[in-house]
Amino acid sequence: MNKYFLNYLDELESESIYVLREVWAQFQNPVILFSGGKDSIVLTHLAKKAFFPSKIPFALMHVDTGHNFPETISFRDELVKVMGVRLIVGYVQDSIDKGRIAEEKGKNATRNALQITTLLDTIETNKIDCAIGGGRRDEEKSRAKERFFSHRDEFGQWDPKNQRPELWNLFNGKHFQGEHFRVFPISNWTEMDIWNYIKREGIQIPSLYYAHEREVVWRNDSWIPNSEFLILESKEKTYLKKIRFRTLGDITITGGIESEADTLEKIVQEVAAMRNTERGNRSDDKRSDTAMEDRKRQGYF
Amino acid sequence: MNINNSQLLRFTTAGSVDDGKSTLIGRLLYDSKSIFEDQLEAITNTSINKGHDGVDLALFTDGLKDEREQGITIDVAYRYFTTPKRKFIIADTPGHIQYTRNMVTGASTANAAIILIDARHGVIEQTKRHAFIASLLQIPHIIVCINKMDLVDFKEEIYDGVVAQFEEFSSKLLVKDIRFIPISALLGDNVVHRSENMPWYQGGLLLYTLETIHISSDINKVDARFPVQTVIRPQSAEYPDYRGYAGRVASGVFRKGDEITVMPSGFTSKIKTIDTIAGELKNAFAPMSVTITLEDDIGVSRGDMIVRSNNKAEASQDIEVMLCWLTHLPAKPASKYTIRHTSNEQKAIIKEIVYKIDINSLSRLPNEKELRMNDICKARIRTTKPLLIDSYRENRITGSIILIDDDTNETVAAGMIV
Repeated sequence: MNKYFLNYLDELESESIYVLREVWAQFQNPVILFSGGKDSIVLTHLAKKAFFPSKIPFALMHVDTGHNFPETISFRDELVKVMGVRLIVGYVQDSIDKGRIAEEKGKNATRNALQITTLLDTIETNKIDCAIGGGRRDEEKSRAKERFFSHRDEFGQWDPKNQRPELWNLFNGKHFQGEHFRVFPISNWTEMDIWNYIKREGIQIPSLYYAHEREVVWRNDSWIPNSEFLILESKEKTYLKKIRFRTLGDITITGGIESEADTLEKIVQEVAAMRNTERGNRSDDKRSDTAMEDRKRQGYF
Repeated sequence: MNINNSQLLRFTTAGSVDDGKSTLIGRLLYDSKSIFEDQLEAITNTSINKGHDGVDLALFTDGLKDEREQGITIDVAYRYFTTPKRKFIIADTPGHIQYTRNMVTGASTANAAIILIDARHGVIEQTKRHAFIASLLQIPHIIVCINKMDLVDFKEEIYDGVVAQFEEFSSKLLVKDIRFIPISALLGDNVVHRSENMPWYQGGLLLYTLETIHISSDINKVDARFPVQTVIRPQSAEYPDYRGYAGRVASGVFRKGDEITVMPSGFTSKIKTIDTIAGELKNAFAPMSVTITLEDDIGVSRGDMIVRSNNKAEASQDIEVMLCWLTHLPAKPASKYTIRHTSNEQKAIIKEIVYKIDINSLSRLPNEKELRMNDICKARIRTTKPLLIDSYRENRITGSIILIDDDTNETVAAGMIV
């Protein structure tokens, strides 16, 4: 084999590190959008590599809907401590209390769409000019068209038909006052790449990704965890199931899959054999065929 | 797949409207089992609703709402699939609207290009455009797929005719490696599985070709170039005096102990360490992201380039480029733009448009001086300070530039240094 051979995972890692360093060089006040999910964890891990032996020069920013898995929050707080980074939290509850947004009503009400206002408000209040996200192009069809450096106008909106062309590795992060950028360093990674990387690097992830027993309800074709935020209908029953989560979002919308995969080895094997997309268990994406694009245009992650 | 010996291949697909590009991508993804069941279910439902016969694989590549409504592709979309041999990134570029802008974008990072030709129509103007852009952007490998062979009864003489047409035209282009494959994307012939309808074709199948094209030697291993992105200075108790230069090796190989020169200052030193979080490396090569420390304490900052002392880049304020204009507003004569080249940024003026290229005939138009969207020209540019350049033909990273309009902050042009 060629002596100067970089395998695909190393090449993806190198590309992401390059992008993170460009962010640091081109923006005044960048943050990492941190959800507690595997993608933002990998992103944080990559940022550590990019600036070693310096600390990660970005704050982590979390939009807290209040509808969290407790495991996510304790994981976040521990990571912030270990990495020695600053944490910025925007609370959806604050936006509701201020009357900026109103809660959805009914059984399927979530705070998913409400996050957009809190996210944009937090970006504005903290004068953030670049929010680094863990979005991947393989996740969803509108994300397939996303740039590494993605411009947002002064209203935080994305205009997919009018994106800046992105050539070679020359990224243009120039913007006017009040505008900001979303940057996606792991654009070219797939779900499988993320898992292989987590396994290879031995990256810590929340226990929710591993198979565990949990009280769940069958709703919208997936196992939704029972929680204080879930309104059960009279005919809905709860079951105790061994499940794990493929993605992590709000506890109200994140469906689990039945699984025995309780180690990284088993998860990688399971993901490789999966015949459904990971967001198939996310009821936020099921609302319409263009649910993601519609939210992204408004300023969603 | 084994991660340790599996490579990444980026390819772009170019085709005219209706020559089956979306179907081909759908076919590659479907036959390589990269389409998930919920995605297949969704496009099966749409196919039924639209009244198509069978599953329309082309629907898989529809993305944005407007695209689905209008049945066209507006923007470059990126798709991914993996086989036991390689991971693939497809830059799927639309065939018509803003074709040059989008194809140039997709081509800029591609190792290979698939150019689709409808067997019934042979080489048409769009084919020539696509081949020209692929050669202009120096995509190392071009795979010409002669598609819809099912509609010409899988006849060898028709295939031979199209190949001859293409070769006659492409002899004028600078392409290192061109291959031809007769396929039917609709039926799957010669895409992943060998066609039973074309026993006369014994060459490589499309997927096999993508899996086995030799790409390691496409990267320039000779000219060591390291554009500095940022300086790492922890100033911590553990690393009080650490000063590292972070960047991605653009080309060539750097080794510990190498005699280097920092451009443009001209200061010389030796490489003390090549650092990553996992520890020191003996060498670094393209496209690795590393941090380099030097034996001597010399001033190095973003925009500088570390090169080996016996092989320097050219420092020049006057550069000749092949320029693609990417925006609706025409180029403003003698006005300033921001030019970005590696991590370096300067102001620049377009001094002269030497000639425009008629992209259909490949002839030069020396009297046309106005640059509009999708135009390609040769231009002379002058910058406020020297850029540290190589020719694009030798180095796609240190040989490329973009221009940014300071009034709008838009990226308005892409250039390849002649």
